[in-house]
Amino acid sequence: MQFLLAVEGAVAQGLLWSILALGSYITFRLLNFTDMTVDGSFTTGACVTAICIANGIPPVLALLVSLSAGSFAGAITGFLHNKLEIPEVLAGILTQISLYSINLRIMGRANQQLLQYDTIFKQLQNLLAEIGLNLSSDRVAIIIGLIFVTIVIIVLYWFFGTEIGSIIRATGNNEAMVRALGQNTENTKFIALIIANSCIALAGSLVGMYQGAADVGMGAGAIVIGLASIVIGEVILRRVIAFGSKMVAVVIGSIIYRIIVALVLQLGLSTNDLKLITAIIVALALFLPNAVSKHYAKKARELAAKETNDA
Amino acid sequence: MLIIENLTKTFDPGTVNEKKVIDRLNLQISAGDFITVIGGNGAGKSTMLNLICGVYPADGGKIILAGNEIQDMPEHKRAKDFGRVFQDPLMGTAANMQLAENLALAFRRGKRRGLSWGILEEERELYQKRLATLGLGLEDRLNDKIGLLSGGQRQAVTLLMATLNAPKLLLLDEHTAALDPNTAEIVLNLTDKIISEQNLTALMVTHNMQAAIDHGNRLIMMDKGNIIYDVRGPEKQKLKVEDLLRLFQELSSGGGFSDSMLG
Repeated sequence: MQFLLAVEGAVAQGLLWSILALGSYITFRLLNFTDMTVDGSFTTGACVTAICIANGIPPVLALLVSLSAGSFAGAITGFLHNKLEIPEVLAGILTQISLYSINLRIMGRANQQLLQYDTIFKQLQNLLAEIGLNLSSDRVAIIIGLIFVTIVIIVLYWFFGTEIGSIIRATGNNEAMVRALGQNTENTKFIALIIANSCIALAGSLVGMYQGAADVGMGAGAIVIGLASIVIGEVILRRVIAFGSKMVAVVIGSIIYRIIVALVLQLGLSTNDLKLITAIIVALALFLPNAVSKHYAKKARELAAKETNDA
Repeated sequence: MLIIENLTKTFDPGTVNEKKVIDRLNLQISAGDFITVIGGNGAGKSTMLNLICGVYPADGGKIILAGNEIQDMPEHKRAKDFGRVFQDPLMGTAANMQLAENLALAFRRGKRRGLSWGILEEERELYQKRLATLGLGLEDRLNDKIGLLSGGQRQAVTLLMATLNAPKLLLLDEHTAALDPNTAEIVLNLTDKIISEQNLTALMVTHNMQAAIDHGNRLIMMDKGNIIYDVRGPEKQKLKVEDLLRLFQELSSGGGFSDSMLG
């Protein structure tokens, strides 16, 4: 029973964090750009939301403000890379590290509690209670997570099907071709970074409200969690190729990641060990598919050798 | 149609690797010309093509296309006038995208891209028709990822993409060099067919001297960043590979062709 409750919490967290993973998916997989802004823009999303709500701004509006703060973070990374010609990884790291100071400035201190304020989670919970539906906060979070994940997937699916979206996907494949077809690749990268970091800040905003607090350290390692979700999704749903299904795979990966974490915690490890565990999960998820294909290649060689000997 | 005046390009200026690849080059291309370009390694053939379409800027000189100086325009702004096929079959297409999506990207070459759907239903029919003209059976594979196609197929598709909207100038940079002889022949014939059907103007760099003689109406030979021989019409048709080799010995400063170019 206790474990089932833990799974419910894991699903809720998985859904909320999957929006971050979807943002990372845009840069890492579609654009083939190693964007390290993530840890910063995620925290920015949470901090902006917290300070908005603490100042009496309606939570839904706070979400939108966070989203635009995230787009700004992405734009800075794009500017550093495109105009100052800083390598992509370093451009992201520079934005990420400067966002740490900026986030402290935004909140005026290292953390902001939200327990005494209304968030969209509490609002929905109260709304449902009024019509006689008393749900636990995790179940409410699952509903909200599903709603936002669905919206994000639909919007991204639409956008990456448009002319601009298509040329962004092509940029991730082949920059020379995109330029030969008359599109400025600086612009395509810029747009993709803005969209990705908007998603990531949205995730930060939702996670902050769900946890009831924003903290300048909450984004540490977020990029690895996003990556873990992507690779777990890819390993488990290896055969899907359609863009929509791939995004669903990322969401499933994010949920599975949270369930693995819940399991590990049930086994008695402490939350302090989580970062190490995450790194191990990612390393395994990246190593296993290679190991499996090598194993089959070896089998095939052995079979071929045997057939030659028999013949 | 395209006029090149005193074009100059030096790679790695001011270093020990400094190399003058294009040296006060002059060339006039008339509308409808199909020019084959030959020359030894390092003669500046590919660099000339790259300078025309703006992969890197020229150090000096002018490039005038239909009366407009374009030498200072960035690559993506020049692209509306140029169709390009690269030597590497992987370079002209996006491997993870469908055949139809690739064609749709090329269909919008040089046009403003907006938020309308990236590929319209009625386009598919057009693409199917155009793919059928290649005669490679690709018309039934619109939804396949380009990465599943062979090098020759990809190069044929790239050629189709480059000419989907008739470009002012088609630039072919040794586009059959990475293909096996059979496939190279097919792609070369397709090139001929498309150029004559659409009455395109084209520049084709090749290492294959026989192909340089057999195709096009004009042939230029380059050496040390300049044009050392320019022939057209009936005089060109009469040329033989041996003639070209002899001419090269006489006109060039050494360096020489390799055996691989005799094929």
